[in-house]
Amino acid sequence: MESKRKEDYLLFLEHVTMRFGGLVAVDDFYNGVRPGELLGLIGPNGAGKTTVFNVITGIYTPTSGRVYFRGMDITGLKPHVITHLGISRTFQNIRLFYNLTVLENVLVAQHHSITNKDADKFLEKHGFEKKGFGSMWLGKAILKTPGYMKLEKDMLKEAEELLEKVELLEYKNELASSLPYGMQRKLEIARALATDPQLILLDEPAAGMNPQETEELMRFITRIRDEFNVTVLLIEHDMKVVMGICERIIVLDYGKIIAEGTASEVQSNPKVIEAYLGEWEHVS
Amino acid sequence: MSGTIFLQNLFNGLTLGGLYALIAIGYTMVYGILRLINFAHGDVLMIGAYLAFYGVTLMSMPWYISVVVAILGSAGLGFLIDRVAYKPLRESPRISALITAIGMSFFLESFAVVVFGGIPKSFLSITPRFLKKVVVVFGARIQVLTFFALATTVALLALLLWIVYKTKIGMAMRAIATDIPTTALMGANIDNIIGFTFALGSALAGAGGIIWAMRYPQINPYMGFMPGLKAFIAAVFGGIGSIQGAMLGGFILGMMEIMIVGFFPQLAGYRDVFAFVILILILMFKPTGIMGKKLTVKV
Amino acid sequence: MERRLKTSTKVYLTLGLIALSILLLYVASKTLDTYAIRILRLIAVFGVMAVSYTFINGITGLFSLGHAGFVAIGAYTSALLTMSPMQKEMSYILEPLIWPLNVIQTDFFTATLAAGVMAALFAFLIGYPSLRLTGDYLAIATLGFSEIIRIMALNMQSVTNGALGLKGLPEYSNIWWTWGWLFITVVVITSLTYSSFGRALKAIRDDAIAAEAMGINVFKHQLMAFVISGFFAGVGGSLYAHLLTTIDPRPTTIGVMLTFYLLIMIVLGGLGSITGAIIGAALFAILSEWLRFVEGTMHIGKWTIHGIPGMRMVIFSLLFIITMLVWRRGIMGMEELTWDKLYNWILRLRPRRKEG
Repeated sequence: MESKRKEDYLLFLEHVTMRFGGLVAVDDFYNGVRPGELLGLIGPNGAGKTTVFNVITGIYTPTSGRVYFRGMDITGLKPHVITHLGISRTFQNIRLFYNLTVLENVLVAQHHSITNKDADKFLEKHGFEKKGFGSMWLGKAILKTPGYMKLEKDMLKEAEELLEKVELLEYKNELASSLPYGMQRKLEIARALATDPQLILLDEPAAGMNPQETEELMRFITRIRDEFNVTVLLIEHDMKVVMGICERIIVLDYGKIIAEGTASEVQSNPKVIEAYLGEWEHVS
Repeated sequence: MSGTIFLQNLFNGLTLGGLYALIAIGYTMVYGILRLINFAHGDVLMIGAYLAFYGVTLMSMPWYISVVVAILGSAGLGFLIDRVAYKPLRESPRISALITAIGMSFFLESFAVVVFGGIPKSFLSITPRFLKKVVVVFGARIQVLTFFALATTVALLALLLWIVYKTKIGMAMRAIATDIPTTALMGANIDNIIGFTFALGSALAGAGGIIWAMRYPQINPYMGFMPGLKAFIAAVFGGIGSIQGAMLGGFILGMMEIMIVGFFPQLAGYRDVFAFVILILILMFKPTGIMGKKLTVKV
Repeated sequence: MERRLKTSTKVYLTLGLIALSILLLYVASKTLDTYAIRILRLIAVFGVMAVSYTFINGITGLFSLGHAGFVAIGAYTSALLTMSPMQKEMSYILEPLIWPLNVIQTDFFTATLAAGVMAALFAFLIGYPSLRLTGDYLAIATLGFSEIIRIMALNMQSVTNGALGLKGLPEYSNIWWTWGWLFITVVVITSLTYSSFGRALKAIRDDAIAAEAMGINVFKHQLMAFVISGFFAGVGGSLYAHLLTTIDPRPTTIGVMLTFYLLIMIVLGGLGSITGAIIGAALFAILSEWLRFVEGTMHIGKWTIHGIPGMRMVIFSLLFIITMLVWRRGIMGMEELTWDKLYNWILRLRPRRKEG
């Protein structure tokens, strides 16, 4: 493999290894996501794809190796800090706030911008401008000061605009739990977008969908990439899903990267074929 | 502390620890299977003591028969509590079952106040005379009851281990503690196994309650609350879900409680605090306890 | 289709309701007997405690069983501030009260504020280590802390007067103080619940991992909610002490029993609803007075039925268990009573015109 310069990447995992006891879930991961691309991370079940996500988003601290985002070393930062820096995600088994409405789900994702002091300090330390509206003093929320009311109004406007773009505005007052499955997936992506990310991680967004829904979702993902100007890292178990839309694909097997390249390159790679052997039938 | 007093404390600590162990097993077995803190477990202990009391005073049974009846009664009560209050909530959020358990505890206590009266009753008339005798061991004056309690506890713990590890139902209990759906697939009746677990734990709690009542010869409707909480702490200390852990935790906790007061009599008033301090320290630093397994949250 | 009222209409309605409440309370204070007024005051005191309890248990979704501990801290703090130095000297017969508590005396409002602040401080100290725990472990740890507080109160003779407790407190908690504080509690808790902060709390309740992934500092938010809830529990404790005029460190007054009572209130009212907490508090206060008849002796014709002491609590606990088993949403579920809901409800009551 050619040598990589981490400066060329928006997110770069430098020799990241994640061990759980004796199990090596991710083994010396050395790769990253380039600005603006739509990258697919694929592999058979248990290959360690979700673990990579959990390492990137700070749920796990890697056993060894560093994670760089926008040139900042974000290894070991807390998930909420990492989100504020600009990485957002969805979950394999949808994790919406089910007792909140569609609108509230999106509003919650904006909350970090008014109160995430740790992350803003980190951003300033690295020479970036801090995000958000500044500090939120709870007293203002209790007294409903004009400044606070304006803040709420702006958040509401932004949330509604976002919901409009993803065609969920008409359901804004419905409880998230009352949405059909496909729309829940969509809402989860919308919620992730509401955190104002530069990079969005989608964990098997097509899981549990029929082919038609999947196709629609793939179009949706390409669309949001352009409309929201985000870089997308997509995990998929089913190869067919990512082949159509991903510009570059990384294949993971038993925690190791076994191949990297365009869809056609990866598809013809003998190692990949071997790894997917049992599951190949429904791919082609 | 002189040698004889130390010896006395040693026996007291062992007995108290044994009682905590007996009660802790019910908590740990239920938690291991259902992830539920059975708040009402301590109150089963209280009901057990009252049953033994009324068996002798009202039904004029000999004490040993009354004790057996009370233990069976406790087992039945434990089974019933599960069926009525917890079983309907198996599929609900875990916290719902916990809230219901608190309600059940509250119900048993207020029920006892209504039926048995709120005034403490002396248990001395129930305790057979030979247990009240005092023997001198290396200069330390120790009640026969202490040895009896200790021997009974150890025998019961041994019996429990035999049931859990050598019988078919014990194997089923261990199986569902690992994986309920798989065990169900293998054709086992989950509800009966859970019911049996409750009954078994409650029988031990009932026995513990009777010994408790003999040692601190008084019973009242709230007597189960503190021992129940401390036994739960013992279970957490030992590693929740682990039976051996609960036994070990019980003995350590009981011994610690007696010894701290033994060495620092001025702390006697704070006696009930120690257990909670230990609980909080354990939860902070080693929530899996001494012998527990790590539970991870899947993301 | 849900119809919504204009914001200005809602503001007028709210102001009207406040004026009406003041008027009603005024009329009540002039016409009702002391017994009925006592129940009214009790409703407000329980209301303060229940609303602050549901803020942590229902809205933030942290299952705490330590609320009575904060109530206790508040009760002792304010009692020590409102009692006169002479009264203190006479009460502390075993060991004198330590300086400077033995000479300080403040007015009731200051004492209540201090009670809140002290309870909030304890909430911070307790929350900081225990909020790392989740679910039932948190429940047990907070229960443990509240028991520790009670046992400390029982033993720290020179501060709390130990088992003797404090007696003869001035009966400051009149109808205005109690309902006034309930009003403040409801305004503050409601504003917070319906702010961005409150949404974040509810998100944490629904799914803490997802909330963290959405950039919310879960621990910090939970801790803030815990401290705010502790503050109002302390206020409730101050009001409670000056309603009962005595405090003693028994489980039934400031111990685990009180937490159970509060749990009954918020579960009956609907876990997660502020309106529900108030309804639950009112129900509990009224029912526990009304149910006294089952414990007293009754005469029906020539028959005399002897009451059963303790029967009230049996009824409450049964009600509680049944609620959990068959009607878990309680009276309000997670909903609130709002003007919009009332408006829509009234619209539905009117005979419907033909459509189309």
